[in-house]
Formats: sequence, C-alpha cells, structure tokens
Amino acid sequence: MYAQMIKTARSGVKTREEMTEQERAFQDKIDADIKIEPRDWMPDDYRATLIRQIGQHAHSEVVGQLPEGNWITRAPTLERKAILLAKVQDEAGHGLYLYSAAETLGESRDELVRLLHEGRMKYSSIFNYPTLNWADIGAVGWLVDGAAIVNQVALQRTSYGPYARAMVRICKEESFHARQGYHAMMKMALGSPEQRKMAQDALNRLWFPAMMMFGPHDSESTHSEQSMAWKIKVKSNDELRQQFVDQTIPQIEYLGLELPEPGIKWNEDRGHYDFSDPDWSEFMDVLRGNGPCNVDRMNARRKAWDDGEWVRDGLLEHARKKAARAVAAE
Amino acid sequence: MVRDDFLFEYLLRLGDNTLILGHRVSEWCGHAPVLEEDIALANTALDMIGQTQMWLGLAAEVEGKGRNADALAFTRDVWDFRNLLLVEMPNGDFGQTLMRQFLFDAFHSILLGRLMTSSDTRIAGIAAKASKEVSYHLERSAETVVGLGDGTEQSHERMQAALDYLWPYVGEAFIGDTVDAEMVAAGIAPDPASLRAEFDEIVTRVFAEATLKLPESRFAHKGGKTGNFHTEHLGHLISTLQWLQRAYPGCTW
Amino acid sequence: MSNEWPLWEVFIRGQHGLSHRHVGSLHAPDADMAIKNARDVYTRRNEGVSIWVVEARHIAATAPGDKGPLFEPSESKVYRHPTFFDIPDEVGHM
Repeated sequence: MYAQMIKTARSGVKTREEMTEQERAFQDKIDADIKIEPRDWMPDDYRATLIRQIGQHAHSEVVGQLPEGNWITRAPTLERKAILLAKVQDEAGHGLYLYSAAETLGESRDELVRLLHEGRMKYSSIFNYPTLNWADIGAVGWLVDGAAIVNQVALQRTSYGPYARAMVRICKEESFHARQGYHAMMKMALGSPEQRKMAQDALNRLWFPAMMMFGPHDSESTHSEQSMAWKIKVKSNDELRQQFVDQTIPQIEYLGLELPEPGIKWNEDRGHYDFSDPDWSEFMDVLRGNGPCNVDRMNARRKAWDDGEWVRDGLLEHARKKAARAVAAE
Repeated sequence: MVRDDFLFEYLLRLGDNTLILGHRVSEWCGHAPVLEEDIALANTALDMIGQTQMWLGLAAEVEGKGRNADALAFTRDVWDFRNLLLVEMPNGDFGQTLMRQFLFDAFHSILLGRLMTSSDTRIAGIAAKASKEVSYHLERSAETVVGLGDGTEQSHERMQAALDYLWPYVGEAFIGDTVDAEMVAAGIAPDPASLRAEFDEIVTRVFAEATLKLPESRFAHKGGKTGNFHTEHLGHLISTLQWLQRAYPGCTW
Repeated sequence: MSNEWPLWEVFIRGQHGLSHRHVGSLHAPDADMAIKNARDVYTRRNEGVSIWVVEARHIAATAPGDKGPLFEPSESKVYRHPTFFDIPDEVGHM
C-alpha cells in the first residue's frame, strides 16, 4: 500500500510467556482495542516499526504529488484544474498530518525527509509510474486513491492513537478523490474516440501497478505477523487486494471499457473475482529504484528541498531577530 | 451606459490577471520549500482560479457570443490576452514568486476595494467575494517578503534581486487608457492612476520593514493590459495551458 | 543549531459557541506564521472560526503513570453525575 514491505523490527511474535510484564500489559491494551498514545510505554520495536510505516506513508503522499502535479498546468478546463490542484494539495496536507504523527514518536520531519533523500526510506511503488495522458489523472484518482482508501479505512482502527486519528482525517478528506477521478474517467470513456482511447490506455497501464500497491502475497510477506498482532497492520495484503478488485471490476464495466487483463473472471464458488498476478519481478525492480520514474521523482524532491533551504533559513532567522528585538524592547 | 465591447475588454483584464497568475502559482504545487508553503501557495492559486471563473464568466456573458469562461481561457491567442506583464513573469526562485505575488496583491487589493462600490452590481458582487480572499493573500505575501528581506544575508540578497527584476513591471498597473476612461465615466471602475498613492504607501511600509531598497526608477514596461506587447513568456504559458483544448477541440472533459 | 522550524500544536473552534479543539500540528518559524499556516492547512474545508496555536514544547502534560492517582479518584464520585439521583417523574424536568 502506501506503506509496502515494512520490515517489522522483530521477526516472529513473542508468546505471552516470553513477554516481560510490561510487554504483556501493552499487548493486553492492544487486544482490548485501547489506543496507544505518545507518552505511553511501548516496545522499542513497536516504535521503530511505526516510524518506518508512518514515515513511508507520509513520503508516499508527498512524492505522490508529483505524478498528478504533472498535469495541473495542462488540465483541460478551469474546473478540472481547480479540482486537481485541490486534490494534490490534499496529498501535501496528508503528508503533513502523517509526519506529525511520526513526530509524536520522537522522529522529526526533517530527519525523515533526510532519510528519504538519502534513499534510506521508501515510498509507494505506484508513484514511480508516469502519468502520460490526461485520463491518467482520472485513473490515478479512481484506482490509486481507490486502492489507498481500502487500506486507509482499515487503518483508522490501527493501535497507535495519532496514526489512527490522522487516518480518520485523511479518509474524510479523501472521499472526494476517488469520486472525482471516476467522474473524469466517465467523461473520457463516454466522450470522443480519442478520449476513449486515452481512458483505455490509462486503465491498461495503471492496473498492474495498482495491484502491486497492496504488496506481495501474504505467503511471501514475512513481516506481517507481528504487525498484525500489534494492530499496526489491520488486514492482510491479499484480503485488501481482493476487496479492491471486487469493487473495481463493476466500475470498469459501467465505463464500457475493456478489462485490463484476461485473467479477470467472476468465480461463482469463491464469490469473488479471479485475477492475474502482476509481474512481481517488476515490482521488486521498482522497489530497488529501477521503476520508470524513480530517479526523476527523487531528483524533484531533493531539488525542492535544496532550493528551499535559503527560504526556510531566512524565515527562521527573521523570527529569531524579531524575538530578540521584542526581548530588547522589554 | 458603457459600450459592451469596452466592458468586455475591462473584464478580460481582471480575469486574465488571475488566470495567468493562478497558473504560475499552481506550477509550484509539489515543489515548494516546505509542506506548509506548498499548501498555502495552492490555496492562493485556487482562489485565483475561482476568481477567473467569475470574471471570465461575466466577460463571456457581456460579449454575448455564446462563449464561456473556458472558451476565453483556453482558445484565445497571446494577442487576445489582457493581463499585466507582471503576472506572466516566470516564477524564478521562491523569493521572486513571493515578490511578484506581493506586488500584485497590493495593487489587486486596492483595486478590488474600489470595485466593491462599482455601479455595475455584478462587478461589485465578484469584487466583494474576491476582496476577502485577496486581503489574506496580501497579508501572507507581505509577511513573507518581510521575513525573507529581513532574514539571512542570502535571503535578503535574493529578495532585493527579485524586487529589482520585477519593479519595471509594476508601473503598467497604474497607467490608464481609453477603456479605463470609459469605466471611470460610467462609475464602473476607478482611474488606475488614483490607486498609486495607496500602493506606494503599502510597498514603502513593507519594504522598510523588509530592509529592502525600493528602486528609484519609475520606468514601466507596458503592453500587457492593452494586448499590444506581451513578453515572450506568455506564449509558453498558454501553449501548456491550452494544449488539450487545442489538440482535441470540441470535447467535454 | 537545528534549523528545523519549531513544532506548533493547533486548536480550532469549529463553530461559534464551541470550545477550541486540538486538530493537529505543523511547523512554522514563529507564532504569526503558525497561525497563517494553520489557516491554510487545517481550515481548507471551512472548518473553523478561530485558531489557537501553541509551540509544542510549551505544553505541560500528565504523565501516563499518573493516570491512576489523577483520574481514578473521580470515578468513585458518582454523586457528581445527575443520574445518581432518582427524582420522581411527578416532580417534572429537573
């Protein structure tokens, strides 16, 4: 998802007998759905895993501004431009809320940003794919935000209070994102032949990357068990992926677009859609930095940060001068 | 009664200013120095896009040729644009963007204040809504100009350079022509020259606080609001802005 | 010295008559900019009529270990709650 392949800082779940008394009390709270708050005692591994997960989630929001931002200046109407700008602005806001949640764990935003820029933290693989035609903007809102919200709705119940509250706020704001994307897709799919071509192209290109957002199969995902026990992760990768496919196929059919891959079929016995696996070797390549846009995305983020340094320093220096003058005047 | 073609021309000036500057500011989305500024710039751009929809919407109505705000924004060529040269100047660094914003906000807020008492109630109505938004823009851009001007040595130098670069594009806003004279006569809009004293008062105060030196020259590049002579920058901006509408005309988006 | 802008906590009054409520945090160089940033970040959807900001380091808080001594004593003072008292219906609303 926006936080993929988060390595839990410990392998294997401790049994009750292996836990210290403090750890047992902690696990009891989690089992009773009592939220963990910043100043509460927590295992170091819980803290470290959360910082990694929330940080990666925050980075994804901020890097995620770039593929959609790519079309703000080319939006085809004033209204679409306003909608897209408001949406991408929301992503910046969501990044900010999430960095704030991570800061309650004692990790500063600047430090997290530094780790991202040094390549020591990741963001979601999906944002390493390009937006090549205007329908991609509709498809990103519909599929990518649609996939994200499946996960984020579940995360509103996560055990760490500040993370859960950030998710509540984010889900409330996100509700318009998927809808505006689908609405834009409708205009395209039901529009001129060229618009229809753009819509189909966007769906075909973004389908598998969207599937990958949920991360590898549960059987391959070695770090989930402890995160599930801690309720940092609430539903498994495969559960969430299936839920997303089931809700999305009827939406594709309504648009009258062709299904993006031949493996999609209703399975009467399971009561779910079957679908093909994405190319997991491509997924691993993207995670290793070899996606179509990895280098450009990171260059853009580093440039924004480096170019902004004099601004951040300048405004801070002014605040210090102002404070010093106020003291001197007293 | 004022002739519709003069009124149309005047409304284009209002709408094109916000269209072009809103576009410029939106270019920052995802690239600002810090998340809080990224979000604030997007708010400013969103306000200006909203104002554009109102001004160009009214312009299209006055023109009476069945066009709408989108048709005006997306299918006119450079020579049809009536924005001030100031707003089409490139973003440059963050300091240049904020300096351009402050100079425009100062002019814009004074103008909108006068337009609120326009004899044309449609214009007065739009101005009343826009004026609230622009008062905040001015507060924010002025505070940032002060902060960066009176910040570090480097931020001070960059802000002075931005001011020196943009200053020759300020004077155009206060030069009247036939269209302005028609508006004044009909009680629709103020004489641009009459806004200058208040503008000078604001910029003098803010630049003093920002420890920036106001350039002495009052030389003014002009041609934007009359459409006679835009900069080279505008053509690139509108080729991006208009690309989809030009490549796939007649579609619904 | 770190050049990260200080962290501020943001409190917003959602409607006239309500208390200010904590909505989140942000970074800003000083209080004036913190208020402006709060306006831009936390009232994008018309959420507020008044904003408070306070630098995070100035907030004093109870420690989690104080939870027992600080809050549990009030649990036993049930007589502070109106439902503790049975008033006959005939008396009317009270």
